[in-house]
Amino acid sequence: MKPSPPALSASRQTAFTRRWTSWAFAGVALLATAFGVAALILLLFVVMRDGIGGLSWDFLTSFPSRKPELAGAKAAIMGTLWVMSFTALFSIPIGVGAAIYLEEFAPKSWFTRLIEMNISTLAGVPSVVYGLLGLAVFVFGMNLGPSIIAAAATLTLLILPIIIVAAREGLRSVPYSMREAAMALGATRWQAVWHQVLPAGMPAVLTGVILAMGRAIGETAPLIAIGAFTSVFFTPTSPTDSFTVLPIQIFSWISRPLRGFQENASAGIVVLLIVLLLLNSVAVALRHVYARRRRW
Amino acid sequence: MTTVRMRPIMTRVAAKTGEPAQETAVDYAIEARSLRAYYGENLALKDVTLPMRRNYVTAIIGPSGCGKSTLVRCLNRMHELVPGARIEGKVLFGGADINAAGVDPVELRSRIGMVFQKPNPFPKSIYANVAFGLKINGHKGNMAEAVERSLRQAALWDEVKDRLNSPALSLSGGQQQRLCIARAIAIEPEVVLMDEPCSALDPIATMAIEDLIRRLKERYSIVIVTHNMQQAARVSDETAFLMVDQDRAGYLVEFDATERIFTNPSHEQTEAYITGRFS
Repeated sequence: MKPSPPALSASRQTAFTRRWTSWAFAGVALLATAFGVAALILLLFVVMRDGIGGLSWDFLTSFPSRKPELAGAKAAIMGTLWVMSFTALFSIPIGVGAAIYLEEFAPKSWFTRLIEMNISTLAGVPSVVYGLLGLAVFVFGMNLGPSIIAAAATLTLLILPIIIVAAREGLRSVPYSMREAAMALGATRWQAVWHQVLPAGMPAVLTGVILAMGRAIGETAPLIAIGAFTSVFFTPTSPTDSFTVLPIQIFSWISRPLRGFQENASAGIVVLLIVLLLLNSVAVALRHVYARRRRW
Repeated sequence: MTTVRMRPIMTRVAAKTGEPAQETAVDYAIEARSLRAYYGENLALKDVTLPMRRNYVTAIIGPSGCGKSTLVRCLNRMHELVPGARIEGKVLFGGADINAAGVDPVELRSRIGMVFQKPNPFPKSIYANVAFGLKINGHKGNMAEAVERSLRQAALWDEVKDRLNSPALSLSGGQQQRLCIARAIAIEPEVVLMDEPCSALDPIATMAIEDLIRRLKERYSIVIVTHNMQQAARVSDETAFLMVDQDRAGYLVEFDATERIFTNPSHEQTEAYITGRFS
């Protein structure tokens, strides 16, 4: 006797319900995505509409002014460049070095785990807290004043946890077999890391570093906390000079009543966004180039 | 008996252990003596005594989990890199205990090369792969010549001589594995350990590697782990058969000339394994 076929109607019913649930869920997910994208487009649109008019060569090469049509972002752009250069100079060696130690050398002990937990926690500390720390330690403690170097040191503290976490992930993405291969050839742990693991993990490490720099470039609160100026009428010539940066300049323009300054603020935001976009596309390009070159 | 003297290994160590090198027949390239290997509290390898002769291919066969890989990793102290791993017993290299205080595992590994299960070239050029070992070991002399010599010995030169600067990862799996062999022999080790070197390769690439192994034994002593019994029969002079007991610890069942292991083994277990009557 042949077995009877399964009850079709019942199974169709469930199939229909399941398919519908699946569609509904996909719809909700799509809506969530669309919300994020729409917000971003709206933001870019509003900023561009208000700011593109104010963007000109003069804007990039003029100092602040009481008259909005004469005001420019030169001091802020130069300040941002100075501060970011020193931040990179401090944070990359320290961050990557710490990541190498934690990932490649540190014994797996409770102490290491404690350090790791602390780093993750530090990554979530509000940035203004770092500003107060910088004010106490660098500005007053080390007597650096509200200088570029104090700002860079403060921002370094702020992004170190991010760099360490990202760099560790980059190192971890290099298969263990690379370390084994090097050490089986008589390489020391250090030689294996320096000659093989670090170069192989470099794109991922660099991506993390660049994203962290992107975070630092937009920070305002900690720099206001350490006493950065709002209107600066000179370009810095040494790391001990006082300074302003783009986000602070933007913030100061926004808080002024004259309508022209609002336009300046928007133009400043456009400049900041372009710099950020450039940084991020470098990160994407790096990842892309290296992802094609290696496969294991 | 003619004995071939090895380069004196770490004389200060030989002196320390108080065992003159002559006593432990220099005929052996490397010897495991009552070797026990642990991962944390787990015993992975139980009292293996295995003398491996110079310029021989010694095969290590046995079912999965019997500690074949662990055994070869003890021979160049790669085992200790696993957190919590340790050994008891001795491994003698040219008569000297490789685990004695004062032996530098880094130097040891430059004299006992290793080829891994999965080809693992560095994501760099073919040339850079072979040159790396030479560079870190302070090679003096013509680097390009040394690279060419190693690639020739590994029977890879003709296939890559026109593209030494292309990425090693653009090679086929079999070529990659021969590159790894070239990389290992570039620094002229005395022993080459191979941990299932063909398990990730197709039959043709496997044949190429086996040919290579037969030729390499003139210059090097080779220890090869394989789960492929035909391969052991084809390439090796002596074969060790390992089994795993109910506590999941590996132990040596039988060690003999390969021919004897495959035609007339002394142990029932060995016969059951090689004839495929094995659960």
